[in-house]
Amino acid sequence: MKHSSLVISISAAVSITAASGNVYAAGDTVPVKAMADALHLVMDSDRTIYTRKIVNRLVKKEKVIKASEHFDDDKALVLPAQMFRFGSELVQKRAKKLPDVNFSYSLQSLWPINKQNAPKTKAEKDGLKFVADNKGKNYYTEETLGGQKYFTAVYADTGVAPVCVSCHNKHKDTPKNDFKIGDVMGGVVIRIPIDG
Amino acid sequence: MSNIKNKNIWFVWIGLMIIFMAYLGYTLTASEDKSFFMPGELTSGHHQIGVSCMACHDESFSDKDAVQDSCIECHGDQRKKPFDSHPREKFTDPRNADRLENINALYCVTCHVEHQPELADKTGLTQAKDFCVHCHQDIAEDRPSHKDMEFDSCASAGCHNYHNNRSLYTDFLVKHMDEEDILKTALVPEKELASVLEEIATYPHDRYPVVPLTLKYMDAPAKVVVKTSEDIKHDWLNTAHAKIGANCSSCHITESEDDKNSVWENKPDHKACIKCHDTEVSHFMQGKHGMRLKQNLTAMTPANARLPMKENVKHQEIGCNSCHQAHEYDLNTASVDSCLSCHNDKHSLAYKESSHYTLWKKEQSGELPKGSGVSCATCHMPRVAVDINDWLRRTVVQHNQNANLVPNEKMIRSTCMNCHGLSFSIDSLADESLIINNFKGTPKHHIESIDMARKDNERHLKDINNE
Repeated sequence: MKHSSLVISISAAVSITAASGNVYAAGDTVPVKAMADALHLVMDSDRTIYTRKIVNRLVKKEKVIKASEHFDDDKALVLPAQMFRFGSELVQKRAKKLPDVNFSYSLQSLWPINKQNAPKTKAEKDGLKFVADNKGKNYYTEETLGGQKYFTAVYADTGVAPVCVSCHNKHKDTPKNDFKIGDVMGGVVIRIPIDG
Repeated sequence: MSNIKNKNIWFVWIGLMIIFMAYLGYTLTASEDKSFFMPGELTSGHHQIGVSCMACHDESFSDKDAVQDSCIECHGDQRKKPFDSHPREKFTDPRNADRLENINALYCVTCHVEHQPELADKTGLTQAKDFCVHCHQDIAEDRPSHKDMEFDSCASAGCHNYHNNRSLYTDFLVKHMDEEDILKTALVPEKELASVLEEIATYPHDRYPVVPLTLKYMDAPAKVVVKTSEDIKHDWLNTAHAKIGANCSSCHITESEDDKNSVWENKPDHKACIKCHDTEVSHFMQGKHGMRLKQNLTAMTPANARLPMKENVKHQEIGCNSCHQAHEYDLNTASVDSCLSCHNDKHSLAYKESSHYTLWKKEQSGELPKGSGVSCATCHMPRVAVDINDWLRRTVVQHNQNANLVPNEKMIRSTCMNCHGLSFSIDSLADESLIINNFKGTPKHHIESIDMARKDNERHLKDINNE
């Protein structure tokens, strides 16, 4: 399936407003960059809320439950990064049934606890390095994988809470143990297939 | 003369062809047994249902995704629990497109090819055993203990399992590394049904409210009650069925929407049980005992089995009541005697010489508390926590006796660890002779996974202390 952009129906309950503040007209297509930015905004906001209002509140403030990488065995909350990955896997599964929807996303790092989450493609490697070196900026490029061309966007993933930093620094599989709050710890990579 | 002879030969040939074509047509369309068309023998996991090609293939025989759907329909549940570290969705991510060129992890048949049993090991794996290396060749950088390991040793007993790779993860090994061989709290969990009935939306609450019944409430038709023996009445009255409101009609009436066409069945089958025991029956139909019923084939008989079975029962059809004994529903019978009435292999025959059986007898006599005995079902149909839907988890008897059997380390968490320490469990299941004699003795093999996790943990603690 190839899309140069994803079509958003304005008759739907949600409309997307461009960065300039303009509202799209009915039948307009959303540019892939705006689409990727919008997707990231939703993902990042949901994860931030999960981290602050659920995990940090219940684990650190109320102290009523643990959050654990082994959440099933430990009867604990899933970690925010796991929540993000499970969402990504569910999107993959559900998008298969929606012919007009085709995108993927993943959480990666130059210093991954699980080495399978290290950047693999040139776009991922360049993008993760760019967002780590240029705080506040995103990285956009195109790449071809498995014969399909993609618009690829990389967004910085920053350690917002003390628990993010301390957990990564102490984990036995971490390749980096001196993260500080506010550091870029990884990045979100979003891919949308495009023509070409 | 010669022309007439030739003509006759032609007629015979055409006649034979017509008969042969009719046989092929009948076999292809009407007969249950289509094995004539099978290109090669099936593995032990599928041979019972091989007579029906459509169990796995769709009608076109060309749709790879339809075959994949068939795999997931029967095996999907087992891939979810406890945690699938290699879900299909991980490989549909374009970043793994290059990996799919080495191993197409989107399709089960990449590693589990059928009709070529000469390629399959006992787990049904037909892929070369070095498949892990395609993605994990640098594992020794993270796990120095894995340096110089053989490329085909990843899936050795007690180590990695592609589908549930996280079942024996490092932290789990560390958490349980110092356990005794036999735990002080050695008890199997209680199963749950009556206690959670209110939460099971599919249970027919309206028709059969949860109230204890006595003989005067029996709702069988009068002509049936007259013929019903006192033994049957007594058996029913002493079951959980009577105690929670399951009346005669619960099992014997095939219900219709308007009740007018409801039919009394003298010998109800699994379709009656599924009304209240849907999780158990659906598991039963995933395992070897019930998989033929799932495909709408005639029921499994011991004659269909590749394992040794007792001669006198070879042609008995297997349904719920084969093991559970209608009306009586004695779980103790179903847990041991029913199994041993058919199974005739060395492991089964050695059971009554085992310490597991001694414990079982002591539990039966009241010498030991409930849950301390070990029956055939304790291990092969264990009580496990199952997500029966997205919202409810309950402890049920896993009626798919294959669910924890291959590879056998799947039994460690679901069964062995209720009573045994992790190290003892891993070593025992790696000892083939111990399995054959039904665990009479102690393991002679030692698997090093816990030793490696211990060293890894010590290294980590040392690093933290040095910081």
